[in-house]
Formats: sequence, C-alpha cells, structure tokens
Amino acid sequence: MSLSYTAEHEWITGDEPATVGITPYAAEALGDIVYVELPEPGTEITAGDTCGELESTKSVSELYAPVTGVVVARNEAVIDDPSLINSDPQGEGWLFRVEVKEAGELLDEAAYQALIAS
Amino acid sequence: MRTALYEHHLALGATLTDYAGWRMPLRYGSETAEHLAVRASAGMFDLGHMGQFEFTGWQAAEALDYALVGRLSELKPGQARYTLICQADGGILDDLIVYRLEEDQFMLVANAGNTSLVHEVLSVRLAAFDAQVTRIDQSLIALQGPSAAGILALICDAHLGGLPYYSITPGMINDVPLLVARTGYTGEDGFELYVPAEHASAVWWALSATGEPHGLRSAGLACRDTLRLEAGMPLYGHELDASTTPYDAGLGRVVRLDKPGDFVGREALTAAAESPRRKRLVGLVSNGRRVLRAGQPVVDARTREPVGEVTSGAASPSLRRPIAMAYVSTVNAPLAVDIRGTLEPVDLSSLPFYRRSKS
Repeated sequence: MSLSYTAEHEWITGDEPATVGITPYAAEALGDIVYVELPEPGTEITAGDTCGELESTKSVSELYAPVTGVVVARNEAVIDDPSLINSDPQGEGWLFRVEVKEAGELLDEAAYQALIAS
Repeated sequence: MRTALYEHHLALGATLTDYAGWRMPLRYGSETAEHLAVRASAGMFDLGHMGQFEFTGWQAAEALDYALVGRLSELKPGQARYTLICQADGGILDDLIVYRLEEDQFMLVANAGNTSLVHEVLSVRLAAFDAQVTRIDQSLIALQGPSAAGILALICDAHLGGLPYYSITPGMINDVPLLVARTGYTGEDGFELYVPAEHASAVWWALSATGEPHGLRSAGLACRDTLRLEAGMPLYGHELDASTTPYDAGLGRVVRLDKPGDFVGREALTAAAESPRRKRLVGLVSNGRRVLRAGQPVVDARTREPVGEVTSGAASPSLRRPIAMAYVSTVNAPLAVDIRGTLEPVDLSSLPFYRRSKS
C-alpha cells in the first residue's frame, strides 16, 4: 500500500479510514518511546494541529494531525506498550485511524525521502 | 572535543550528543536495552570526557584536606573516596572521586563540565602548600554490572577478588598498563579503568571481544543517566550546584567537620549543619505513565502551591515507572508534579530507587 507522509514525520495510508503512524526515521530519532497520548475515537482533528503526544526517554514530541477528519480508532496496544512504535513503526506500532474529510499537506515517498536525506 | 574512542563510537553506529563540549555516544541502539544489560550482565562506557587530575607533593594530603570537605589524608594508598569541593559559602562547586595512589600522589576525577573550574580553584587553594595539580589526559572506560568482575578477570591480571569497593590497583590488559578502580555510577558492582589514551582502542576492543559472549554491551550516556538516577546518585547541574549545600543534598556525611585544621567552607558548613533544612532532596514515583522531567514544578496536590522542583526524572527501566529526584520544602503534604499543566500525583520514595542484590 502506498503511504503519504507529513513533514512532521508521520505516515498515513490512502485507504478509508486512513491509518496514521510515525515513520521509522522518527522512531529512531526519538529513541525509546515510553508514553503515548492519542486522540480518542470521536475526536475531530484538524490538519496541522496537535492531536497527541509522544514521550521518549529524552524528549516530549507533539503529534500533529496529518489530515482533517474524525478519529475512529486508536491503537490501545501502543498505549500499553509504546515500545511497539520503536520495534514496528509502520506495522504494529500504528497510532490511530481517521475518517478523512480533507487531506493536509502530504508528501509522497520520494519527497519524504528527500526531506529526511537533506 | 573527541575522546580517544570517538572513531569506535562512529563505527558502532552510535547516536552522538554534545556533552560539556564533547561529542559523546548517547546510545548505540536502544538505551533501555543498554540500561537493562548493565543491570543483568554488563555495560561498557567511554568516560574519556571526565576531568582527571594528578595531585602530588609532600603536602598533597594536607592540601586536599584544606581544599575539599572530606578528610582525604586518612585514605591509605589504594583507597578511593567520594567527596565535594565547596565554595566558602558552602555551595557545591563539584563532586569528585579522589584516589590515593601513593603517600604523596592522588588522582582526582571531576565532572566534564567543571574540569576547568576545578583546576583553577584547586590551583588557588594549594598555593600555600607544597603540592601541585596537573591535568591528566588519559582514557577512562567504565565496565559496570554483575558480570563485570567475571569478564575483567578473564583478561586483566589484577587480583580483583582482593579489590574492595572504592579501591584502586595497577593492572595489565594485553600488556597495556592501567589502573583498575572498583568504582562506578550505576548502582552495580563494576570497574573504572584508567588507560593511557594511545591504548584506549586496544583495551576497548579486548574488553568488547571478551565480554560480548557474557552479555556485555556498549552503553551510552542516556543509560548512564537512568542508571545513576535509579541508584539515587546526584548529578552536578541537577541535584548539585553552587546554590546547594551538601546538607541540602543529603550529603552531610561527606563533610568532615571533625577534621583538624581549617578547610574552605568550614564556617558556612558548620552553620548549615545546625540550621533547619531549607530544602530536601527526595525521591518521587508516579503511578501514571508520563515521564517526570527536570524542571517540572512539584506542588501541594491540594492547593497547587509550588513546593519544589524536579531535578532529574526518567521512565525507570528497572522499576517500569516514572521516577524522579526533586528538591521540596515540605514532605507533609500530598505531592503532585505539574507536567505541562496537568497534575500527576506522586508518592515519596526512599533513595535509592534501586539497590542491587548482594551475593
């Protein structure tokens, strides 16, 4: 499945509802993630606004909504065990699913790879 | 600045960080895994950034008794001690490990960020004595964890069984002469190896090759911080600074008001020892999941009145809970930590949070 990305290092799937997570690059840069706060199902999120929080051993990072829409599910497993985000950021470490109303500014694979290479 | 082991950290794929002007390894892989390896088997740290000094002269012991708060003259050659260097007003300038190598020869180890200051202050304080202080440019490799002694014994000729905690002895690893100290900053048994810089690589690889089958991992500064925090050990710039006295920090035991002769800070420290405490260093644990971090306010949970501040905090890998050290003005109130506007209730904990089981 093709993924789109944000400049804030999130990935989002193209299906409906879309699944959101953080990229392997972000997971590696953050270090071991120890706490996750995710929007609850039913929450309306707006592209570019903060919608949650990731804490690693060394820092706190905001989670930005990649799109505007309504959250329909969140990954309870990563709330219990945030290390899933480090071990499998694009699989078991997904964060939430969202019914997309409007896409934000998203990057394709090539543009995102260029971003992290720069 | 770079330590003698810098190229190895790059080769090992370390994430580097700037620490007191040095490019140091923060972690090689997962810092949590490195932490747990030190608790379960062993970890190896490059501490080449720390400030090392040789202190010599026939009045070296007397000069140290004057310059520092401890009674270093009572150390026998081969013994080590944790001590503090204070200002005349009792504020802490740094914490130090002092090793007595010979009757008239000591080695001091200071925090990287305080190296120049400690050098200057010592130079001034020893002026009236026949004593000299000189920077030493040698490597320091720490080998820490329950398997450290077993691993070191495989390649080092020093008699480790006869080396008590806080002592030091010469030894050899593959024909490299070094000093083997049974000291550390992790709460585990372990060693700090003082190695000539030109042989640091050889010793690092020898330890690594010998230790890996026994669970030894390279470990970075990130886990060094969580290990020392679990062990309730203070860090300069966090629990210790020039506005804090040893009594505030719960380190009154290292101040030897009973030693003969004057020493810098005696008057102020005598007064501080007898005064009610202005603040006290406590351990905090949270039942929540948000990480407690340095700088967060500690408040009275009922009134939200500030009563102190977190000085160090982390998600404890061993306890699997958020832990912190904090200075507070009261312990007679339910406490909470203000985490970006949300109050997280915390319980007081005795220090250390983690104590190794002694076999």
